[in-house]
Amino acid sequence: MIYADNAATTKMSDAAIETMTRVIRENYGNPSSLYAFGQEAKEVLEQAREDIAKIIGADAREIIFTSGGSEADNQALISAAKIGAMKGKKHIISSAFEHHAVLHTLKKLEKEGFEVTLLDVHENGIIKPEEVAAAIREDTILVTIMYANNEIGTIEDIKGIGAVCREKGVIFHTDAVQAIGHLPINVQEQNIDMLSASAHKFHGPKGVGFLYVKKGIKVSNLIEGGAQEKGKRAGTENVPGIAAMATALAESVNNIEKNTARLTAVRDRIIKGLKEIPHSAINGDETSRLPSNINFCFEGIEGESLLLLLDDKGIAASSGSACTSGSLDPSHVLLAIGRVHDVAHGSLRLSIGEDITDDEADYIVKSVKEVVEYLRGFSPVWRDLVAGKTKFIL
Amino acid sequence: MALYSEKVMDHFRNPRNVGVLEDANGVGEVGNAKCGDIMKMYLKIEDDIVKDVKFETFGCGSAIASSSMATELIKGKPVEEARQLTNKAVAEALDGLPDYKMHCSVLAQEAIEAALKDYESRQEQ
Repeated sequence: MIYADNAATTKMSDAAIETMTRVIRENYGNPSSLYAFGQEAKEVLEQAREDIAKIIGADAREIIFTSGGSEADNQALISAAKIGAMKGKKHIISSAFEHHAVLHTLKKLEKEGFEVTLLDVHENGIIKPEEVAAAIREDTILVTIMYANNEIGTIEDIKGIGAVCREKGVIFHTDAVQAIGHLPINVQEQNIDMLSASAHKFHGPKGVGFLYVKKGIKVSNLIEGGAQEKGKRAGTENVPGIAAMATALAESVNNIEKNTARLTAVRDRIIKGLKEIPHSAINGDETSRLPSNINFCFEGIEGESLLLLLDDKGIAASSGSACTSGSLDPSHVLLAIGRVHDVAHGSLRLSIGEDITDDEADYIVKSVKEVVEYLRGFSPVWRDLVAGKTKFIL
Repeated sequence: MALYSEKVMDHFRNPRNVGVLEDANGVGEVGNAKCGDIMKMYLKIEDDIVKDVKFETFGCGSAIASSSMATELIKGKPVEEARQLTNKAVAEALDGLPDYKMHCSVLAQEAIEAALKDYESRQEQ
């Protein structure tokens, strides 16, 4: 199998598995217990916190461990909203193509009286810092913009957006789930106040992540209970998962330069190949883009059948079609960059892994070409397009 | 656990009666590209018998499989039998569809109904 769905989840690295199994075996004590065996687990936990903090340019006290990216996003937004409510500031700025962990939390906050401005992400999926600046009002408490988009891989000007927020005294949160471990991140240099991360997107385990919150910003807890995480996140800590996350992050960050060069070359090789398919289009900016992300729309076909046939050819990929989401609408990300429903249904996301070979890249291109041609062969939509009964969109 | 039954996958991978019927005397198209599913049925009816049938589908795996199965269920059958084909019969013949995919079988039923209606209106003229 060629696994080309690394934006969905990644394979755990050997080093992360080793750390995890070692901690499970040797440090199963409860970090809250006062005897030495418990305190050893506490040490493992705090070492991971320090390691992670150092990697992103933060202080260990600014890291809260969570169950993953979604929890971190929820906690960041709700914390900022509570601060805003205290100050009478109830306006939040975000973008139309955020992850649902952000968008659905914003919907909830709207019901609680907050006003949300969703910035346009344009055809290329890039938001300009000056657009954020123009949207900031007297009563704006939070700007939350994702670092890199999970579907189309576009990378935002986080430093620039952060600078605008800092200047105007607005809290800046970024969902960095797709970026961390793959792009260099420094919360100080990039003016980031809050950042969400998830371990399984950078070869760590599932069910663990963290939220960085700059010192001085009051965090509200979502889960009541014990005093873990300084009372900001109750529940016995996932020590093996957290330790493995730290191992995976260190490993990924150490390899960013090498992986970026390699992946960018393979990504562009695949993009070049897929562009040869008539009436297709790449989704999202071609250069300000994760080195692993390839996302295309093919006119006249539907994404789920494309995925199933690629699966038969041993390729695991993803699509933004309605049929893959269980809803009637295709991906909100593709709609946000202006793709109409008709073509958004025919999308394909390939998120390649560091171990991909050139031969595998070429096999992917060849397979996608074959499958698209085959499906178009009995698509009434394609027939009408070719016959000139309807106009090509792409 | 697989997303679809073996039968759905078989009809998806090897769709029966796929393509265009040049001498069709009843053609029906249902669905729309906005929702991600379009089915087109071509019927060749002679002596009140569905002599031949072909389909074209833009849609997901279960939409393609539903069209394929529906054509098998009516091919060679009296028009009256084809008229009575239900989406349930299509889904059952496929060993079931996931709940949120049942509309694919509905679309197959409707495509056949539309093609029969077209056939009838052509007969009247």
